[in-house]
Amino acid sequence: MQPAGVKEVQARGVRRGALGLAVCAVLLVLAMLASLAIGPVTIAPARVMEVLLAALQGERAAGVREAIVVLDIRLPRTLLGLLVGMALALGGALMQGIFRNPLADPGLIGVSNGAAFAAVGWIVLGHHAVDALPAGLAALAGTAGLPFAAFIGALLATVALYLIATRDGRTSVATMLFAGIAIGALSGAGTGVMVFLASDQQLRDFTFWSFGSLGGSTFAKVWAAAPFVVLLLLAALPLARALDAIALGEAEAFHVGVNVQRTKRIAIAAVAAAVGAAVAMAGVIGFIGLVVPHLVRLALGPGHRVLLPASALLGGALLLGADVVARTLVSPAELPLGVVTAMMGAPFFLGLLLRRRAALGG
Amino acid sequence: MPHLLNSYRAENITLRAGGRLLLDGAGVTVAPGRVSVLIGPNGAGKSTLLKVLSGELRPSGGQVRLGEEAVSRLGPALLARRRAVLPQSVEVAFPFTVAEVVAIGRPAGRGGHEAVSRALGRVEMAERAGEAYQRLSGGEKQRVQLARTLVQLEAGAERGGGPGYLLLDEPTASLDLAQQMLVLRLMRTLAAEGVGVLAVLHDLNLAVLAADEIVALEAGRVVARGTPHEVMTDARIGALYKVPARIGWAPEALPFLLPHGLVGDGAKR
Repeated sequence: MQPAGVKEVQARGVRRGALGLAVCAVLLVLAMLASLAIGPVTIAPARVMEVLLAALQGERAAGVREAIVVLDIRLPRTLLGLLVGMALALGGALMQGIFRNPLADPGLIGVSNGAAFAAVGWIVLGHHAVDALPAGLAALAGTAGLPFAAFIGALLATVALYLIATRDGRTSVATMLFAGIAIGALSGAGTGVMVFLASDQQLRDFTFWSFGSLGGSTFAKVWAAAPFVVLLLLAALPLARALDAIALGEAEAFHVGVNVQRTKRIAIAAVAAAVGAAVAMAGVIGFIGLVVPHLVRLALGPGHRVLLPASALLGGALLLGADVVARTLVSPAELPLGVVTAMMGAPFFLGLLLRRRAALGG
Repeated sequence: MPHLLNSYRAENITLRAGGRLLLDGAGVTVAPGRVSVLIGPNGAGKSTLLKVLSGELRPSGGQVRLGEEAVSRLGPALLARRRAVLPQSVEVAFPFTVAEVVAIGRPAGRGGHEAVSRALGRVEMAERAGEAYQRLSGGEKQRVQLARTLVQLEAGAERGGGPGYLLLDEPTASLDLAQQMLVLRLMRTLAAEGVGVLAVLHDLNLAVLAADEIVALEAGRVVARGTPHEVMTDARIGALYKVPARIGWAPEALPFLLPHGLVGDGAKR
């Protein structure tokens, strides 16, 4: 057989990318529909569409109960799940690109823990700070304080990790993982201290953080998280070429004209913002940032032009799927979402490792 | 010709790192249409000087100029339009195909299948476009990276960067004899097309084959520069590498080197 020329190879890549993005988009729409339709009261997807279309035209569809369930209870939860899944998966893809390592996941290397620690700290101690502010600022701090605290926590963890693990532009995998474990443990210890200081009510709020959940989603949370996730999308997508080049090495990326320092700064700030916001709204949810980019790379190749948007779409779809499982498996009670993603993600990840070991012949 | 305005040059470079003086007033000039080769013992500062020239390392003293501009003033994008760099070895973090790796040399990062094909053809890797870069041998990877620099030079020329400059750090290190000749031939062809070429080479006989000018570095200083005939003398090479050496003459009146014996422990046979 004649080996494929560059033209065919490139055309094949473009076709595969376009098809893959389309599949991811369809999966996301299906997951959103499932998230709106499935629950203690199951509503047919056609009915869900009717209610949504009517709401778009500014009127409430007949059958008020269904409209309430879809629009007031499940829609904010679905939108928040979409945002959180996008943030975690895209954040994972970006960090993996910057660290040049497929194991960099915000959950695995301590970034989510840093955010959770700061968020819990804000829950327990933040009211002291709010009390000290003038009334107008206090109201702002009351609503924006939590995501902002989580952002700062995520940013500090990411920057610390980067500074520790990277030397002369090369990131050591082992150092990165160990440093991530240390940062995670330190954040965990800090979180423990906060738990010790917390009141009963604060303690209940806190349980929510440690396992992750989309329970208690409101439109207010959706609006608070949305700008961070949009910011991440806007910051990430133009970095595709730079991240492809960084895969060759930081010096090589500089040689082909990439401003490496600027790329790293943008990526780290955007990831910290979006992961911080995701953790602030839904707690620590692991494995999405690890598994989703990995799946996309296996199916569609490593080029970031496709990897980044496909990860965002598939991340939203997978998180919504996991949430549907979380709230139907032991209905009417709910499993913590982080437990479900870990139950699905960890065996999947081990399977990948085994397959890779088999492929390498030992 | 150290002061050509139309050239790419490092002048009087000093570089300190970790308390060591890596470069001590070294300089090199790459002129359009010519091949310059850096030689010298390990640790003499050849790769360091190449990194300073490329803009990757900031020197502690001295300056690097591309034409009339200071390299430190040109941003990465403008610099990339006018010079390409082949590092010693490049490992790619994710399973990119050969064609994708080569296309990274283009400013848009993709497309340009004609340019990519042409470049892969020039390094005799055209049939391998769809393969995973990570699975190639060291020599194949080196040639794919060379193709990436060719694509970059061509894209730079299209965007008004002129024929440009190519810096190569030991481009023949992991290649067999045929491939070494391929790379040297390519260096000469590029020079004939107007590209200024600078290569670090360890093999002095290859240096002689390729070079218009040889620059010898020792302990961060330039100790000799000139045509191969001028630099390749028994005394110079012996002093440079601390090895007794005798220069012979190949059929085409090119000097070649045969080490004249081993020195140190265990040298007697």
